[in-house]
Amino acid sequence: MAEFATKTGIPAYLRREQRRVEEVAKGYGLDFFPVVFEMLSYDQMNEIAAYGGFPNRYPHWRFGMDYERLAKSYEYGLSKIYEMVINSNPSYAYLLEGNSFTDQKLVMCHVYGHVDFFKNNYAFRATDLDSQGRTVDPVHQPPDYAPNRRWIDKMANHGAAVRRLMDRHGISPVEELIDQCLSLENLIDPHAPFVVRRRAAEEMDEPQALEVPRLRAKDYLEPFINPGEYLEAEKQRLLEERDKAKRTPAEPRRDVLQFLMEHAPLERWERTVLGVIREEAYYFVPQMQTKIMNEGWASYWHSRMMTERVADASEIVEYADNNAGVMSTAGGRLNPYKLGVELFRHIEERWDKGQFGRDWEECTELDQKQHWDLRLGLGREKIFEVRKLYSDVTFIDEFLTPEFALEQGLFTYEWSSRAERFEIASREFKQIKERLLSQLTNAGSPEIDVVDANHENRGELLLEHHHRGVDLRNDYAGECLRALVRLWKRPVCLLTRREGKSVMLRFDGTAHSARELSETKEPKGEAG
Amino acid sequence: MSLKIDQDHSRFRDIVRGKIRKNLREYISSGELVGRQGKDLVSIPIPHIEIPRFTFGQQQGGVGQGDGAPGDPIGDGESGRGQAGQQAGEHLLEVDVTLDELADLLGEELSLPAIEPRGKSELVSSKDRYTGIRTVGPESLRHFRRTYREALKRSIATGSYDPKNPRIVPQKDDKRFRAAATETDPVASCVVIYMMDVSGSMGDEQKEIVRIESFWIDTWLRRQYRGIESRYIIHDAVAREVDRDTFFRTRESGGTMISSAYKLAAELIDNHYPPAEWNIYPFHFSDGDNWSMDDTLLSVELMKQRLLPRVNQFGYGQVESPYGSGQFVNDLREHFADEPRVVTSEIRDRDAITQSIRDFLGGGR
Repeated sequence: MAEFATKTGIPAYLRREQRRVEEVAKGYGLDFFPVVFEMLSYDQMNEIAAYGGFPNRYPHWRFGMDYERLAKSYEYGLSKIYEMVINSNPSYAYLLEGNSFTDQKLVMCHVYGHVDFFKNNYAFRATDLDSQGRTVDPVHQPPDYAPNRRWIDKMANHGAAVRRLMDRHGISPVEELIDQCLSLENLIDPHAPFVVRRRAAEEMDEPQALEVPRLRAKDYLEPFINPGEYLEAEKQRLLEERDKAKRTPAEPRRDVLQFLMEHAPLERWERTVLGVIREEAYYFVPQMQTKIMNEGWASYWHSRMMTERVADASEIVEYADNNAGVMSTAGGRLNPYKLGVELFRHIEERWDKGQFGRDWEECTELDQKQHWDLRLGLGREKIFEVRKLYSDVTFIDEFLTPEFALEQGLFTYEWSSRAERFEIASREFKQIKERLLSQLTNAGSPEIDVVDANHENRGELLLEHHHRGVDLRNDYAGECLRALVRLWKRPVCLLTRREGKSVMLRFDGTAHSARELSETKEPKGEAG
Repeated sequence: MSLKIDQDHSRFRDIVRGKIRKNLREYISSGELVGRQGKDLVSIPIPHIEIPRFTFGQQQGGVGQGDGAPGDPIGDGESGRGQAGQQAGEHLLEVDVTLDELADLLGEELSLPAIEPRGKSELVSSKDRYTGIRTVGPESLRHFRRTYREALKRSIATGSYDPKNPRIVPQKDDKRFRAAATETDPVASCVVIYMMDVSGSMGDEQKEIVRIESFWIDTWLRRQYRGIESRYIIHDAVAREVDRDTFFRTRESGGTMISSAYKLAAELIDNHYPPAEWNIYPFHFSDGDNWSMDDTLLSVELMKQRLLPRVNQFGYGQVESPYGSGQFVNDLREHFADEPRVVTSEIRDRDAITQSIRDFLGGGR
């Protein structure tokens, strides 16, 4: 890293500018990690972008593919990466060599917004590391909580570990295993760091007797108060309960990768690779959970800093031009930068004018609402609070208002098979919000739990997909089952729904099968 | 500067090569690559490689922003309709492959043997050019400026340089001379003479097949020799030489006299391509319809006397058309049953192109 840093240091005039921007950012109350800027040529930029921002990752062909795509689209003039910043402490940010001075200023302002967000937003606490480089529990922080986020080092260590395995076991087997693990990368629990999913094994001291508690009754009333059928059913229930406790896992588990690490018959090197993939997957979760907010927050601050303090008069037109490009919503696309920044501004305005709380909610006079201004000036405070405590889901859920949706011209669109094109479906607020939220739920991935490690008493792995109205992509699901079988080394089943029917997909190592289940059988126990 | 990504990139290229090889037969018969040829690169569209994940299947739709009423199409018109497609995210990846790589893939896939060039003079021409600098040499090659510069450096270094009187006297060690370096240029030593029947019975589909096939023959031979030249002859009842473009576009309505083309090819070889220096590959494509038996006999005679003694191999491809009788190939087979240098191939449709390429190039001549 040291060598990397010295080769790509920024020139003195930019270092001066960095100090200035940093002062301005502090003046606005932003609170950030130290930022190290580096200057890259376009091919270095493409390289690092292909590696997801980290100069040292484990070797894998997918990075090469991303590089090819980035390099091509740069060469053809289709796209250019202006900036990149890593959630790490200290944060590394990359500037593109040859950009104009105005652009570099803009990027710096934007970067300080991001780094403030990394440091303060609660979701990113899940990326805190202790001094040994392990992720720490962000909820139960011990009093001597002094986390660091040396993810650059951690990723480099992952790279070294994988390289070592490749030296020992050969490139192809390791790379193939990485392929398989990446197929399962999204089978994690995005909220795991903040939720206690598994209570510590409850006092499992003695096996509970299978005695059904009876209600006290006089002898002659006994058959009426504690009827035989009731006792029988109750006994059945207890038996089932006991069986359930014996099952692995006892409760359905969302973090399939962790489950595999604990229970799959893996060799040591395989477990190492799976662990690397899982840890890195968790690292990127907060960025997926806060895409809209993070970009919105950085854009909010770059625009304020540039227009109020940093850019001089001669630069403002160039700045505005670039900013407009970043905020563009051409072609009806939803731009997270635009949505985020507008929503932050909307919140600031509402809290400045006091447009919240019960009086505001209950007011039905349109005219009164339009001129509602209590001059509270709470906006700034509020947006800082929002940036700390919210993620995209809660951000949209709480602050997307019908007025905002109308003002921004939001709509939902659907594929029209009749016209063979995407068409605007609706401008109804309810639908827009539902759509947005469902896209953001579970970081945009299907919700799949591992339910049983000994399905049908044959050591098969059973997963269950919680169907929320959209079917799984079939061919990919098949490939993922194949990857699961590779790790589990026994057949794997997936319970899902397809075209409105329950389906059990199964892959046994050689052939795929799909069995439709009758509806009544599915919810066990409740049928009777 | 070498990048860390290079290794991953070349792994990716290997995977792409595997994909191309797997689908090579498809690419060959679809002719898709023919139009995508640059100077020495071909850009091949392959399906975007994606790591499969559990993900949502059907077209999801989403939330957008902008003007329009329900029912209006979204997108900016140009890119919206065509690209969006039924499957969102189904991008094509354009991969550039050099013609050499493509030829190697073709060779591996069809297991084509490498061609042994006939005992020829060397394949390169060399010439001497003065591009280097040496410290010894004849005075006539002295490089004045370099010599002056060396002398100046020396005098400054030794402190004898006087800016008021900047006189420089070169010594023996200062002198620099131009040096000759030998440059080698690969010389085209292979010529492919394409002949095609353009009489009325050859339709567009037939010509397309010829076009695809000639692309692959060119690709393969270019890999085998340092450079190739291609000549194009079209004929109906008379033959003439044309450029590549005309070759594939012309359509005549006259009768067919194959001998005319062979005669012209023989003249071409006589005038431009002495067989001692050139590897010569005539390919003739037709639907097998000749004007008369006499002309067929004349053609056979021309081949025996004037073509076969000079060429590496003579390829005859008969493209099936609804009008042709397809007799010519039988005549050739009859006359040249024991002549390995005459290769005949019948191409029924596009799918047969692969087999036909193997027929033509499988002999390794």
